[in-house]
Amino acid sequence: MAGQTTIEQLPTTFEEFNEKRKKSFMKVKDYREQGGHIVGFLCSYTPLEFIDAAGVAAVGLCGMSDETIPAAETVLPSNLCPLIKSTYGFALTEKCPFTYFSELIVGETTCDGKKKMYELLADKKPVYVLQLPQGQGRAWASDAWYEEMLLFKKKLEETFGHTITDDDLRQAAINRNALRRALTDLYEVQASMPPALHGVELMSTLLSGTFSFDIKAFTQQINDRVQSCRRELEKGTNAVDPSAKRILLTGCPSGGLIKKVGETIARNGGVIVCLDDCTGERTNRMLVDPEADDIVREIGDRYLRINCSVMTPNDGRIEHTREMVKKYHVDGVIDTVLTACHTFNVESARMSAAMERDNTPYMKLETDYSQGDSAQIDTRIAAFIETIS
Amino acid sequence: MEQHYMGIDVGSTATKAVVIDDAKNIVATKLCPTGFSGIDAAQRVADSYAQDGINVADIPVAATGYGRVSVPFADHVITEITCHGRGAAALFGADGIVIDVGGQDTKIIQVCNGSVKKFAMNDKCAAGTGKFLEVMANRMGVSQQNLSELARQGAPTTISCTCTVFAESEVISLIGQGRNRADIAQGVIESVVVRVVSLAAQVPGSPYFLTGGLCENEYIVERLSAHLHQPVTTLPQARYAGALGAALCARDRSKR
Repeated sequence: MAGQTTIEQLPTTFEEFNEKRKKSFMKVKDYREQGGHIVGFLCSYTPLEFIDAAGVAAVGLCGMSDETIPAAETVLPSNLCPLIKSTYGFALTEKCPFTYFSELIVGETTCDGKKKMYELLADKKPVYVLQLPQGQGRAWASDAWYEEMLLFKKKLEETFGHTITDDDLRQAAINRNALRRALTDLYEVQASMPPALHGVELMSTLLSGTFSFDIKAFTQQINDRVQSCRRELEKGTNAVDPSAKRILLTGCPSGGLIKKVGETIARNGGVIVCLDDCTGERTNRMLVDPEADDIVREIGDRYLRINCSVMTPNDGRIEHTREMVKKYHVDGVIDTVLTACHTFNVESARMSAAMERDNTPYMKLETDYSQGDSAQIDTRIAAFIETIS
Repeated sequence: MEQHYMGIDVGSTATKAVVIDDAKNIVATKLCPTGFSGIDAAQRVADSYAQDGINVADIPVAATGYGRVSVPFADHVITEITCHGRGAAALFGADGIVIDVGGQDTKIIQVCNGSVKKFAMNDKCAAGTGKFLEVMANRMGVSQQNLSELARQGAPTTISCTCTVFAESEVISLIGQGRNRADIAQGVIESVVVRVVSLAAQVPGSPYFLTGGLCENEYIVERLSAHLHQPVTTLPQARYAGALGAALCARDRSKR
């Protein structure tokens, strides 16, 4: 088991970092020095209410850049998904302040690549892995996940010396619900014709939230943006070209593809109107009832309902995407698969068939975080938008 | 003077150009190696048209192909998927599935009512592309045309690596084992054909048309037909399908 990072220490390579990175390291260090605590997480299945209730900030640690992949490949096989390699690489190279200062990293048994990576990550950082059931259908799945919630609560209490009460959890659920409602409102401004936001802004805004220490402040920021979007829509200011083709982006987490896919869609006459990955509307629409009799079970059940290709079956995802295509007046669906993400890659055959039945133009795009295939990605996206024009 | 429209397809290996008239008849085609610079290739094409009395600066031009953004005199930039689909529909006079084996990409394009409905494209990998054939022909010291002629006489041979780099090593080891050239050529062609056919399975339909640089390679057309269990039709002008499609798009857009 790796030791805790003491707040005083900076990475040994700190002096080599650029100013922006140095600044963000100092920001996180200050937060810790003022008594703030940080838990890193990777996945939408991580029940954040427990972390909030422990008085700890939860930050997303999913690797989004190919910068640390060469370092990761000194340990991990190269034919592994870039998100896993990048995440591990940031821990190895100590280049991410959030990973570096995390006092605990919470993993989960989602895909095989991740769960084995966590074993290696545990040599670098304190890691706790949630054991997620492989499907939602069995009667015991909810019970097993409930037991996991209790174990997770205990782990947090031990790590941070703070007893988590039901009231703490209920308050955390209220705060998280407020953020979920705000995010759902933000998604919904894209349903208007033309949409209110450029796809890249939508993607970047969502990503920035995973690095926020203060969920109330982030909720306020989102609500303010929603208000300004609504005002602009009422005024009829077209922020987005009304002739842009309306794209729904589904598949793997897209935070690492903002430039490569998000900007390419915009450059070729498209606009992302619906983000349908695990941080998208389908996940944020699900709320927790803060008044539930058993708040621990209520929180667990809410998270277990999330649709991800690691679940079998995962019909909910496909049904939801079909619904979103109608709600957001979608012209075409792009299903992004990160290289070597077997579950989304295999599931794309079912998504493709469902879209074909609905007569919705569909394209699968398999890519990673490198720039090596950017010309091919550009051609595919441009051709796809041309075919739906 | 009669109105002309030009399409230029700057591919990774060859640059193709087509000028059409208002009635969509082909007036003049050009073909040259792309070489290092797509800009230079485009300029050579322009110079060559100037000798025919066609000034590319005066007519609507649409560029396509991987070097489509490097054509200085282009008025429109359109992907090769749209252009090959459009051009093939015009050349073959029917809807169907277009197989375009290019220098670095292979595309399968479903054409409905003269325009692209659906497509599949190989990943960033040279398996099943013209590049694979080029590398193997070079390794064996024969031209690409000779490679197919040899292959016709060869006994069935398996080359199991689809990666071009690994397959080249596999070819070297077959040469080392003393296998004859014809057998190895047979294995090389089958490898490309099988890859193309598996990509084609993603876009079902019929009839099949072959466009791109392999359109005059009879043996490949034969093997594709055998594996697809359907005839694959091609034409000598099919290598100009992308450029023709671009010219047709230039014509459409100038009439909007």
